[in-house]
Amino acid sequence: MQRIALLALAASLALPAAAGEEFAPEASLILQGQYRRTKDVPERAISGYWSAGHDHGASRRLTFDDSELVAGARLGGSARAQLNLAWHNNKVEVEEAWLQALGLGNGFTLKGGRFLSGIGYLNEQHSHAWDFADAPLMSKALFGEHFAQDGLQLKWVAPTELFVELGAEVGRGNAFPGAGSKGAAAFFAHAGDDVGLSHAWRAGLSWLDSRAKGREGHFEDTDPLGPNEVAGRFSGRSRTVAADFVWKWAPDGNPRYRNFKIQAEVFRRTESGDLACVSDVATSPCLGGLALGSLRSVQTGGYAQAVWQFMPQWRAGYRYDRLNAGAKSYDAATAFAALDPANAYFSRHRPTRHSLMLDWSQDEFSLLRLQLARDKSMPGVTDNQLTLQYIVSFGAHGAHKF
Amino acid sequence: MKRLFLLILLAAALPVRADVRVFACEPEWAALAKELGGDKVSAWSATHALQDPHRIEARPSLIARARNAQLVVCTGAELEAGWLPPVLRESGNAAVQPGRPGYFEAAQFVTRLEIPTRIDRSEGDVHASGNPHIQLDPRNLLAVAAPLAKRLGELDAANAGHYAARQQAFAERMRAAIARWEKEAIPLRGLRVVAQHKSFSYLFHWLGLVEAGTLEPKPGIEPGSAHLAQLLGQAKARPEGGASPGRGSTLGVQQARLIVRTPFDSPRPGEWLAERSGMPLVTLPFTVGGSERAQDLFGLFDDTLAKLRGES
Repeated sequence: MQRIALLALAASLALPAAAGEEFAPEASLILQGQYRRTKDVPERAISGYWSAGHDHGASRRLTFDDSELVAGARLGGSARAQLNLAWHNNKVEVEEAWLQALGLGNGFTLKGGRFLSGIGYLNEQHSHAWDFADAPLMSKALFGEHFAQDGLQLKWVAPTELFVELGAEVGRGNAFPGAGSKGAAAFFAHAGDDVGLSHAWRAGLSWLDSRAKGREGHFEDTDPLGPNEVAGRFSGRSRTVAADFVWKWAPDGNPRYRNFKIQAEVFRRTESGDLACVSDVATSPCLGGLALGSLRSVQTGGYAQAVWQFMPQWRAGYRYDRLNAGAKSYDAATAFAALDPANAYFSRHRPTRHSLMLDWSQDEFSLLRLQLARDKSMPGVTDNQLTLQYIVSFGAHGAHKF
Repeated sequence: MKRLFLLILLAAALPVRADVRVFACEPEWAALAKELGGDKVSAWSATHALQDPHRIEARPSLIARARNAQLVVCTGAELEAGWLPPVLRESGNAAVQPGRPGYFEAAQFVTRLEIPTRIDRSEGDVHASGNPHIQLDPRNLLAVAAPLAKRLGELDAANAGHYAARQQAFAERMRAAIARWEKEAIPLRGLRVVAQHKSFSYLFHWLGLVEAGTLEPKPGIEPGSAHLAQLLGQAKARPEGGASPGRGSTLGVQQARLIVRTPFDSPRPGEWLAERSGMPLVTLPFTVGGSERAQDLFGLFDDTLAKLRGES
């Protein structure tokens, strides 16, 4: 089914190209560098949340992660293609590689390939477009950072003066919170408008339904000879609903000198399925795989942030992150026979974080940022973090969504 | 229920508005579309005179308007590169995508000034296609009006004659006005002017004014105190031995008489220099709606000339 749809998309793209429509390629290079000083925490995790890939971050480090190469091309008026390659942990990853049909008309566009999902507000933005040096805890807990689909996205803009957009996506479902190619479906609705000359807003509701088979997470077992790192495995369904809101102010609609932006997103995630663990350590209770009964969790959280450009080139921002431990139901006797109850996932701690940032842009192509954060993602740890970041872009003039 | 359904069908089948819906990126193109289309066109401008057309956000309201447009009229020459591409892509409107008949770029029909020989970010936000602020030479409006009227006629074939006739009438009025403005501007010839940004190059080129310098050290870079102090030093320096001021940056603003800005430029750098150099700071309307008198394309030039002559 999906293959047929992709073929159809490819055909719709090939036709205009064959008809000799203009081909307009563009490329840009975005370099990022970060120096980060954090507390020395051996196992970083967001307490209470399934670890979507884990982090043994050093306390002081310099990274060039999220440096990006973007190539895009417009094929006449009928299609667009884009490729984003990003540098991540000394590897080059394909963040996005998609084709978008723009010639369907009546407000419809169809995108196919790997793309950042349209759910939420921040998810579609690459890290160089963020207002802070890192992602909100919500994005990290829900998606690891970004939720990218390998699949199709159909969007429709209503023929009204009020901006109303509906979107639906189907994907392979390999990306967290899904696993094992069990499929993921997403729906979203956005509305937005101006209020007077100086204000604009957008609000959205999103829904993501992912299925996971053997989704791995990082756990420690109850081996009497000492805890081992074992893989926790979740198989079941993960459903996320999220609401987002952004409101921007610029005097007379001219953001060049001063502007202000408030943005907030909240979510509720429900997961239900089975928990298991697996290890190849001979003394581990998880040796060879052990079923640990059913698992159900309901978790909520979100973030709110405000960014103020108080004079040309200078912006200051504050962000508050908060995740609730929520409710989990599982058979404690079975689960804790194999897994240490002290595992971050079983924690009742409520992660919070306060972040302050100040950035300076020489022009639209370069930015320097200082960020201070007090991160309480883990019980008993108050991590005061300092980040220095630069972003420099070369090539085609970037154009960002609202 | 059935009746309701029929009503909805009927409502959908009825043309909501018979006129051509034009989405203009800047007010001057909305004004031009109105001149050419009269009551057969409804024109909406995505930006207004207090907004810097380089720095616009791809707001939801713009996407909704682009969704319903039949014709998008923009300057082009990369002026809208930071916001128009996502607006058009997100609109889902196939008819107005670049390359389609519903997409019109004015800058393609004029001779552009300041086309760089090389593109280097160290030179600021330089546009490869040259200076995009083409509207302040009214001869450019004439050059754009003819293909725009033709495009309107192609999109709305039933009224092609209407657009052609209105274009003729507009061209006649504009030619007469140009002759009058050029006569009024004779005393301004050779006047040395400091501009905040390279917003007025076409105006100066048309009327023979000389851009003696810019408050921005490089296009798109905010005027800094060091650069302003340097301009002030030049402005205060006396010409040596009566030599005519050179074109180089060292003699740039000597003998400049005026500082000009657009309504959306910050007044501060200009005020700073005006206060210390004695040159007056004048806010030119820049586009339709940029001043009380600049309510249409003719008023735009009437007011611009009056302000340059120090009459208002």
